[in-house]
Amino acid sequence: MAVRTRTAGWSAGLTGLLVAVALVSATIGPVSVPLPTVARAALNAVGVPTGLEVGSGTVALFGASATVPVPDISYTYLFSFPVDSTSETIVRHIRLPRIALAATVGFALAAAGTVMQGFFRNPMADPSIIGVSSGAAVGAVATIALSFSGPYALQTAAFVGAVVSAFVVYLVATEGGRTPTATLLLAGVAVQTFLGAVVSYLLLRAGESLEQALYWLMGGLLRNAVWTDVAVTVPVAAVCFAVLLAYGRDLNVLLLGETDAHTLGIEVERTKRILLAVSSVVTAAAVAVAGSIGFVGLVVPHIMRLVVGPDHRILLPTSAAAGAAFLVATDTVARSGGVEVPVGIVTAALGAPFFLYLLRTREVHSL
Amino acid sequence: MTPGLADTLDALGGLVGGGRPTEENAATGGDPPGVGDDPLIEVDAVSLSYGDLSVLSEVSLSVGAGEFVGLVGPNGAGKTTLLQAINGVLDPDSGCVRVDGERVADLSSRATSRLVATVPQDTTVAFDFSVADIVEMGRTPYHGRFGGDPEAAAAVDRALERTETERFRDRPVASLSGGERQRVVLARALAQETPALVLDEPTASLDVNHQVRTLELVADLVDAEGKAALAAVHDLDLAARFCDRLAVLADGDLLAVGPPAEVLSAENVETAFDTDAAVLPNPVTGTPAVTPLPASGESDLRVHVVGTGAPAARVIATLVAAGATVTVGPLPEDDLAAETAGELAAETVTAPPFAALDPEAEAATRDRLTAADAAVVVEPLAPSLRALAGDHEPVVRVAADDDPASATAELDRDEGSSAGDRDGSAGRTSGVDAGPDRAAVEAAVRATPETVAVGVRRALDRPASADD
Repeated sequence: MAVRTRTAGWSAGLTGLLVAVALVSATIGPVSVPLPTVARAALNAVGVPTGLEVGSGTVALFGASATVPVPDISYTYLFSFPVDSTSETIVRHIRLPRIALAATVGFALAAAGTVMQGFFRNPMADPSIIGVSSGAAVGAVATIALSFSGPYALQTAAFVGAVVSAFVVYLVATEGGRTPTATLLLAGVAVQTFLGAVVSYLLLRAGESLEQALYWLMGGLLRNAVWTDVAVTVPVAAVCFAVLLAYGRDLNVLLLGETDAHTLGIEVERTKRILLAVSSVVTAAAVAVAGSIGFVGLVVPHIMRLVVGPDHRILLPTSAAAGAAFLVATDTVARSGGVEVPVGIVTAALGAPFFLYLLRTREVHSL
Repeated sequence: MTPGLADTLDALGGLVGGGRPTEENAATGGDPPGVGDDPLIEVDAVSLSYGDLSVLSEVSLSVGAGEFVGLVGPNGAGKTTLLQAINGVLDPDSGCVRVDGERVADLSSRATSRLVATVPQDTTVAFDFSVADIVEMGRTPYHGRFGGDPEAAAAVDRALERTETERFRDRPVASLSGGERQRVVLARALAQETPALVLDEPTASLDVNHQVRTLELVADLVDAEGKAALAAVHDLDLAARFCDRLAVLADGDLLAVGPPAEVLSAENVETAFDTDAAVLPNPVTGTPAVTPLPASGESDLRVHVVGTGAPAARVIATLVAAGATVTVGPLPEDDLAAETAGELAAETVTAPPFAALDPEAEAATRDRLTAADAAVVVEPLAPSLRALAGDHEPVVRVAADDDPASATAELDRDEGSSAGDRDGSAGRTSGVDAGPDRAAVEAAVRATPETVAVGVRRALDRPASADD
């Protein structure tokens, strides 16, 4: 099948690009590590989960604290190439987790952005269009400003905030079992504005933690990346992506309009609910571990649409892979300057001009 | 596929199609198709409303296999709503729709879309999909979530072939013309391989050539594949030409259902579309052709028309549209003008053709002339008839040359006559001879329908209506 061949070809190519970008990125930093060493260290880091134990962590809020169970996964590593311990530590424990997390987040955001743009048939749609990012921001900034601490407190709060706000937007826009996309879009804008006000207020009250909160809002969380973040995010992203990919044909048919899609056998409202829920969850997961990163979910799908066409069966995997490579590259730029800047600044600073360039040079009439 | 094989398959298709119930019905001169045998589309007392606004009330209609039914009616009559009740987009408030024996309301949209394929009104595709991609979307109801559809390639090929769109196969849909795109969307519907097909104004945005080709194609497909098709069609003439039956929908009610020639009466058209219309056989195809007429004016004029053929028919239609009470004659019964008069409920004095006017008809004509406020004489005319009308006062003379554009309407009027003494004018005989004492008040007025009406008004010194 032509579609499958093209999908496989493009996905393989872009995955190759992603690996190359990741390896090159791992050589860059205050200490330069040669590429062969990086490759060996990277292979040493390849592991498969082999056990699950339940450890414990401490949750604290307003001085009170409690012990909560935390899952603890053990891994078996497949390779053990000889690498000097300094390089091994730098590559395997500092750079690679960050690169892997950036890749996962970019993958998730680009996939969700592709789905949202197709879903809304609107070129300005991005993963946060129904208030996911704003909800995550409220959760995260509230955690930071109110000094709520604990294992994954920030991530959990951001994730819950994101999912709750998406759900509220959905409920507001739904009437009689139908969710018109235009209503959804407007409800999303309204909720985003409201949550923006909440975030602004929380920032005013943040006091000493203001810088930390601002860092979160600019996507600065990647610098703290550890393997556990990757281990939590990858399964969510993988499962959500698989579901979205299974709906690739439905997304194509939805592009013809909801009435047409219905007459072609799509259960329109159910499909919309699933697409909304899954892309909201995957966006929430990405934003929760990385902070708010704009533009990846907006620009990458557009670029890939120009390259591979509108067919979501090809567009979705290629966008996701390209999003991963894009975020790894921009995050490398973000951390390799004299002063490290949050990656959200870099994605916007590079993505916006490129997008404008595309708008001027290609006739972009629609999605 | 080699051409030879394609031909063979076509021939086989023809053989299979030959056994359709409809043709048997037609051969035995039986019931209208779709009534006797189990209809594929069965709409039973369907009512549907949007909020408080009732759109369909108790509509019942059935379409049999191999039958192409046209749904006609004014904008807002509920045509699209009825089609969407059939294809499952809308659920009826009451009543039920069955397709191939299955209640549509009980089916998933996937199951419905294996029974009914839809050709939508708007076929613009804003995305860069290729023709083959779009047609392949017709296979959506057969695809598993993770598995493919083994029949897809063959079904798409067949659909492309049937609609003669193979040569566009790899072109982006956006690069096609409206007519080509319409065929592609039709191919998409064919790829669904459903027993029933609904089409919502499939010719709305097409030029006249593509309108005909599209409907021809649908009619052929219905014949060859035994599908049941229901199409909302705006153009009544085309609907009459290509559909086996027509259903007239007005204000959510089915006004009439039946063969085009029966259904498309001037009365039905007037009731449904709220406009006066003349329905006459199309001279080329023989199917009914509907000519809507301008909205009736406010006039209590009584006019008698003497003349024959198309020029007289035009004059009659104009005067009726202007609101005048029109009488016509004497005319042979099958004259076009007489048919027009019959359509427009104008009173006609009939007389056999190529024969001397019998006294009865002459007397009847004189009665009409006496009762009329004005007489209109449409040339060319037999001298005896001209003399008959010449007795009347005033007379509007319409001369029709071979070239209608150069025809002139000429108003003959006694210079002394005016609106004030018009009432007595019918009885007067002075100044009736078409001599030089009658001034041609209006010369060289083109005999368009409008100028005739204006001529009559002026002849009677009536104030012209506001838009004149």
